[in-house]
Amino acid sequence: MAQVAARPASSVDMEGRPWVGRSIERVEDAALLTGRGRFIDDIGTPPGTLHAAILRSPHAHADIISIDAEAARRAPGVAAVLTGKQIEALTSSLVVGVKAPVECWPIATKRVRYVGEPVAVVVASDRARAEDAVELIDVEYRPCMAVVDPLAALAADAPVLHDGFPSNLASDRSFSYGDPDQAFAQAPHRFSIDIRYPRNSCTPIETYGVIATHDAAEDAFDILANFQGPFSIHTVISRALKVPGNRLRLRTPPDSGGSFGVKQGVFPYIVLIGAASRAVGRPVKWIEDRLEHLTASVSATNRATTLSAAVAADGRILALDWDQVEDCGAHLRAPEPATLYRMHGNLTGAYDIRHVKVRNRVVVTNKTPTGLNRGFGGPQVYFALERLVQRIAIGLRLDPLDVIKRNLVPANAFPYRTATGALLDSGNYQEAVARAVEQGRLAELMARRDEARAQGRLYGIGFTAVVEPSVSNMGYITTVLTAAERRKAGPKNGAQATATIALDPLGSVTVHVASVPQGQGHRTVLSQVVADVFGLKPQDIRVNTEIDTAKDAWSIASGNYASRFAAAVAGTAKLAAERIAARLARVAASQLNVEPADIVFAAGFVGSKHNPENRLAFSRVAALSHWSPGSLRDDADQTIRETVFWSPPELTAPDDDDRMNSSLCHGFIFDFCGVEIDRTTFETRIDRYVTMHDCGTILHPAMVNGQIRGGFAQALGAALYEEYAYAADGSFLTGTFADYLLPTTTEVPDPQIIHMETPSPLTPLGAKGVGEGNCMSTPVCIANAVADALRLADVTLPLVPAKLADLARGPEPLPAAGQTRAAAAREADRRLRGEGSAAVKAAPEQVWTMLLDARTLQAVIPGCQRIEKVSDTHFRADVTLGIGPVTGRYRADVELFDLDPPNAVRLRGKAEGALGFGDAEGRITLEPDGKGGTRLRYSYDASIGGKVASIGGRLLDGATRVIIGQFFAALARKAGGGASASGFSLVALLGRLASLFGGRR
Amino acid sequence: MKPAAFDYVRAESLDEVLEGLSNEGGNARVLAGGQSLMAMLNMRLARPKVLIDIMRLKELNRVEERAGVVTIGAGVRQATLLAWPELTRTLPLLALALPWIGHVQTRSRGTICGSLAHADPSAEMPLALIALGGEVHLRSKRQRRRVPARDFFVGMMATDRAEDELIEAVSFPGHRGGGCAFREVARRHGDFAIVACAAVATPNGVRFAVGGVADVPMARDWPCLDGTALDDALNGFAYELDARDDVHATARYRRDLVRIIGRDLIGEVLQ
Repeated sequence: MAQVAARPASSVDMEGRPWVGRSIERVEDAALLTGRGRFIDDIGTPPGTLHAAILRSPHAHADIISIDAEAARRAPGVAAVLTGKQIEALTSSLVVGVKAPVECWPIATKRVRYVGEPVAVVVASDRARAEDAVELIDVEYRPCMAVVDPLAALAADAPVLHDGFPSNLASDRSFSYGDPDQAFAQAPHRFSIDIRYPRNSCTPIETYGVIATHDAAEDAFDILANFQGPFSIHTVISRALKVPGNRLRLRTPPDSGGSFGVKQGVFPYIVLIGAASRAVGRPVKWIEDRLEHLTASVSATNRATTLSAAVAADGRILALDWDQVEDCGAHLRAPEPATLYRMHGNLTGAYDIRHVKVRNRVVVTNKTPTGLNRGFGGPQVYFALERLVQRIAIGLRLDPLDVIKRNLVPANAFPYRTATGALLDSGNYQEAVARAVEQGRLAELMARRDEARAQGRLYGIGFTAVVEPSVSNMGYITTVLTAAERRKAGPKNGAQATATIALDPLGSVTVHVASVPQGQGHRTVLSQVVADVFGLKPQDIRVNTEIDTAKDAWSIASGNYASRFAAAVAGTAKLAAERIAARLARVAASQLNVEPADIVFAAGFVGSKHNPENRLAFSRVAALSHWSPGSLRDDADQTIRETVFWSPPELTAPDDDDRMNSSLCHGFIFDFCGVEIDRTTFETRIDRYVTMHDCGTILHPAMVNGQIRGGFAQALGAALYEEYAYAADGSFLTGTFADYLLPTTTEVPDPQIIHMETPSPLTPLGAKGVGEGNCMSTPVCIANAVADALRLADVTLPLVPAKLADLARGPEPLPAAGQTRAAAAREADRRLRGEGSAAVKAAPEQVWTMLLDARTLQAVIPGCQRIEKVSDTHFRADVTLGIGPVTGRYRADVELFDLDPPNAVRLRGKAEGALGFGDAEGRITLEPDGKGGTRLRYSYDASIGGKVASIGGRLLDGATRVIIGQFFAALARKAGGGASASGFSLVALLGRLASLFGGRR
Repeated sequence: MKPAAFDYVRAESLDEVLEGLSNEGGNARVLAGGQSLMAMLNMRLARPKVLIDIMRLKELNRVEERAGVVTIGAGVRQATLLAWPELTRTLPLLALALPWIGHVQTRSRGTICGSLAHADPSAEMPLALIALGGEVHLRSKRQRRRVPARDFFVGMMATDRAEDELIEAVSFPGHRGGGCAFREVARRHGDFAIVACAAVATPNGVRFAVGGVADVPMARDWPCLDGTALDDALNGFAYELDARDDVHATARYRRDLVRIIGRDLIGEVLQ
């Protein structure tokens, strides 16, 4: 079924072979491999540029009571400190994608809604001074209850994030296609699965960067940012900066250190830094650091899904019922809730299922706002669908591969319109599966599984079939609106791609596109495509992919997303080259005295097909329009520069029944893998991974394989390692690469890649997107294999060994009699609880007095610089707390209550500092030990948030104990020596605790 | 991620280091590889006033074997020790454990003594020191003293070192020919250990040490146990370590690894 795309006779090199389809050397690599890439942070800045640093919220949800920035404003080198109030005055709210009276600012205004939300921007002479000043800003917060779980966010008593939404539900739409209710009523079987898809991100090595200049004379912005598109966001930025689009010149640097969708999320910072530049009247540069990026850049959505299928006895799926609750984090930033609707046409995957019911809800929670990420909605959908297919097979005692095959869209059905509206352009899924099974040696893999199991090893096999959509319809997001709302809003559809070909006076060829590559090698592929049209060599073609919205051709669909390059952009470049070539053919025909139809472009010449001697050098024909426009034929038109805009007519707006052709092209992927689980560690080892791709015509085989390997590596991360984890109180727990684990080359096996080429009839080159497919197929394929190995009904990503062990291992051996079982230190609410006791060589009355004496407390609280007695039972203290080299200053506030002298007292305290915050409650009891001393017992209940919680989670509990121990030892010493016994106690603790490092709360 | 301002002193002599520590005390940090410290500076978790770089001092960059005891100076990098030809013969446990420290890049900068000074509860060097019963050599203007491993680690990232003291060297009793075994479990190679275990043959049996679970690496000396007696001993030890949950592993998972890996390693050593 593989076909070779028909290629025009003119597109041949010297040997007659086209350049397209060959793995030529990448033009991008020489600079990148020799350290000469030009990334945003390498590019010089305009004279007088200032540098920004951002103060971010340590709280997941809190009201901002006050911000005192006076000390920061007076700090050396500081030009300005901007808070939400100033930004509100300089900008207007970012547009929100649903109809609701909510605002979305790039900085917190009156309330913070996620850990890491910007609270203030410091602009200073350099970044280090800006960071120094950030530490001087004093913000008083009043914490609110946080909600982090999407289903919990829907509860009637959940804390509400935005006053403009009646609850945390931002959108609720239901859809029905075909007659799903009848299908479910009549089907012999019904299978359901509940899925929690976690949060993760593709974490590019280069973080966000913005250099913004406001020109007050013309009230215009010139902004360089490593933004990746879509340029529909240009409209959002210019509205927020309160200038018309022609006064926002947005440019991108020549090189990008990766994006995978994530760089779309730089746009709120473009607004923020643009506003800062306007405020200070100077250019302002901001480069996001890694801590900022992990905490607060952008994440893929997490989603709670219940998926049900009506199934026939033979495994045929008759209907699907989707219930998806999408968690977009604290703000619904453009283009969200696009993640939920990107796959709307593809909710039946690779299967022929005619009846579909959908309920889509979008909620906001106290987490980082979501945005584009490789796979964009695909991983979430296919994890549910393909886990369900495995469950159907198990439930009906069928081979999972047979269930897949039985449901695939028939080969003779293309183009195939799915129940929800997508037009599957081409394919032969049965043939692809058959080839993968054969070339991937599935039979041998099954034998390996049998052998391993016979030896008692934990071995499993997983399968996945997915359709990979590419070239998004710019109108798909309007499916979130009702048909009536869409009519009111005006039509949105299509996806304009642009390409410009220019010929200079020496006849050399330049190509410009608005595809904003992020390292993929667009320039190389375009040189191949255009060389083929003109009969030149790729090195004859110079390609520029920087974008400057003031000078270049672009439209809202421009940019690097939705796998649109090969299918749309490269195809459009071909169309532009062909348009110029057709004119050049007329010019040459007139000069060579032949018919234009006889003209061929080959080997650097334009000549007659029939008489190869009759020819002109390409450069001579190409230059003619510059030097001698008078000698062009009247109908030839100029051949200097041509820009083509191409938008496929198939990308129509949703119809009144909400059927939506969400993407232009649909590749097919069939994966299977064998995994083994280590019986001791429960680590998952990939034994073999086979991935079959039909992405239409392959333009550059090595780059296609590179895309597949890259997507596979990121998908492996999502399957086994990566999660943006939050505690129940909204604390962010994976703020460094020590806790947010990316697979490295050591962890990523080489997949076996198999290809088949079924060209798309809808794209100029027959190509389809290929870059996102494995992010969709691989996580669930590995999960299916692990479920098979461990015979588990439910598995949740990431497949952390400890989680698998807990599911698979039997009851734990008990501690020996007399040995106390350690209480769980941290429970679900993430509060840290503990208790202890100590012997103090002083009578209870004396210890009591010490506890209430400010001077004694100052002496025994580690690092206490100053203590202020507000009342007899209320103290404020400045403390410096540290564990090892980790030290921080905190303001602590401690109150004593329920005083029962000299027997017992309760304490409540909180502390706040640059490293975090904490609060604690404790109870201390004093009993005479019968020898003149005191047996002091204490218990505490503390919680900590902020920076230390997100970057030092591994050490937090132990550090708390250390600090408590320090306090107790000091108290015992002060009381007369004798150190204590068991450990730690703490009491005063409050102060201490709180301060801990970071603040423990 | 720019550090707060600090002074940097590249020490030209040991006296200068000790003088600096004496004057600055807790406001000074010794820079010896910087693979943990520099990250902490950049994250502003640590903000010393003075950084004293000892890596130019040749007298600290020595590995010596004398009377069966191997002494490693404060400037010796992990990669240097790993490449020392006598390592496998004299300290086979270190030959097993060193490759688990971070990655080849971090080992090329990080030092043995720097790791001990940092006292991360998951680190391999403190575990090895406890398992082998080594000594830490401390020196200040006031005095020189040696602290046995079991007294050196007093808590998470906390040691017996006084603020004016430099870890001048560490010494390990040679373990030539003695059986030893090491195993570590981490999410990825090079990550902080979820559990790291070492077993070393002793004249009467075995010493079994565990890192990554309690606040400090801990060891137990047992006679030659097997069967249920060994299971019980390991189970008791696993609970005594007071394991905790974090985003990478549960307490139960850590106890299971102590029990299972403990059995394997002790079996290996007592073979």
